[in-house]
Amino acid sequence: MNALMPVLASLNGLAAGVFLLSAFGLLATRQMQGCVRFFRLQSLALVASIALIAVGLRVPDLLAVALLDLAIKPLLIPWLLRRYVREELFRRREIDQVLNIPSSLLIALALTIIAYFVAVILPPAAGLMGAINVPIGLAGLLLGAFTLAVRREAVPQLIGIFAIENGSLFAGIAIAPRLPLVAEMVFPFDMLIIALVIGILTRITQERVGTTEVGALRSLREGGAE
Amino acid sequence: MARSIGFNLLQVLFVVALAPLVSGVLARLKEVVQSRRGPSIFQPYRDLRKFFSKDEIVSEQASWIFRVTPYVVFVAPIFVTTLIPVLTSYPLFFAFMGDMLGGGFVLALGGFFATLAAVDTANPYGPMGASRTRMVGFLAEPVFMIVFFTVSFIAGSTIPYIVQEHWITLSEFFAPSHVLLVIAFVMLILAEAGRIPVDNPTGHFELAMIDESKSLEYSGTGMALMKWGGYMKLLVLMCILLNVLVSPWGLAQRQSVGDVLLAVPLVLFKIGLFVLVLVVIESSLSKLRLFRVSEFLGAAFVTSVVAMITGLLRF
Repeated sequence: MNALMPVLASLNGLAAGVFLLSAFGLLATRQMQGCVRFFRLQSLALVASIALIAVGLRVPDLLAVALLDLAIKPLLIPWLLRRYVREELFRRREIDQVLNIPSSLLIALALTIIAYFVAVILPPAAGLMGAINVPIGLAGLLLGAFTLAVRREAVPQLIGIFAIENGSLFAGIAIAPRLPLVAEMVFPFDMLIIALVIGILTRITQERVGTTEVGALRSLREGGAE
Repeated sequence: MARSIGFNLLQVLFVVALAPLVSGVLARLKEVVQSRRGPSIFQPYRDLRKFFSKDEIVSEQASWIFRVTPYVVFVAPIFVTTLIPVLTSYPLFFAFMGDMLGGGFVLALGGFFATLAAVDTANPYGPMGASRTRMVGFLAEPVFMIVFFTVSFIAGSTIPYIVQEHWITLSEFFAPSHVLLVIAFVMLILAEAGRIPVDNPTGHFELAMIDESKSLEYSGTGMALMKWGGYMKLLVLMCILLNVLVSPWGLAQRQSVGDVLLAVPLVLFKIGLFVLVLVVIESSLSKLRLFRVSEFLGAAFVTSVVAMITGLLRF
């Protein structure tokens, strides 16, 4: 096949490494801004991997998916969050976490190793190019779910949901690179709607209750009162 | 054989003679970035000359450890230099005396003696800095181990001369495990050499010191040797990073004196590039609070484990 194939596979592996690292970053960073930044980095790694697989396996459809993801995930979603979530939330430097950072990192490492052992017994997908995508995507999915569980604030939790989606897409393109374009286009638009809905919800919660810490929202309030 | 020993001596000479220069360039560039003029790049040499010509004062409380330590700290990086490729890409006389773990042990011996010497005198700041250094040290240890595991998984050896051969092809160079390994090792260098996100090398505030406070009690010749040893340790770590872990580019390939001499400017150029990277890192980050150091090294640990996992994944 292509003479560049090993180099492409290495670069794809590098994108996978960056993807996994930024999943850890999402989990461990203390700042709201940092969270969004790591999400951007993760999405860029995802786009890079999609584009590399598109070139390596010669699937032009995937290039369109990569462009769409590039427009929506690293650019449009942070902009939407910026617009709909109140400014003071973004200036928070210390986000609450259920566990402290070193122990959540260790649990995340254990999750990654579990993902590795689960994925190794699966048959290799998409040949050499995508061999790395399934375990790393699975790890990204698990880490996103763990972020969702460990964070207490609405916006990092939202980003955890996106990380789950990123992880499943990362694994998915390697398992089924030749999916019809229409099916692939559903996911980014789905995310856009989630971002919009949860962003507005967060803004309203912030206005009514004064906090978006999910852990603090325990008691009922009489509805509607301004 | 005689030639091989000669080249080995040349490598040692390279490290001993140019280590202060590298530190001087680093300090100068940092000042330039902050739009100040800064000291001359030869300032470390002047410092050393000044310290060598001064009297040495040793506390009456101090034992033999305090007197021996400067020599151990000075000699340890020189020993490591004989084990690693500094100028040549083929193994030299002492190359198989020890692998990277061995080099790590020898460097750690210097650090161990420096810690003991800091505790040895009755100065209250010494033990404080020493215990902090140990804290950073034991947090850095697992990262070192995982990095070496990864290297031995991928390259099949931990002898530096064999490891460096492995990264020559483009696909190996861009392999995820290789790039992440290098990132983790850069974070380790920052922690081990006391650079900025972990420790401030130019700070003179005793309560905030980590690395510096160990040499507070030294004066004269002892101080000069401690400082020189510190410069050489930084250069040796840079050589391990750039020549062994990044790529053997620029090293002499053939057994001729001309090639080895030509390697000197090329290696210096590489080191210069890395110094630029260090300047960017040190100028754009602030020093971490002491208890955040564990998070910084935790990040390094995660990076190295990710390197290992992605390395294992390439069936």
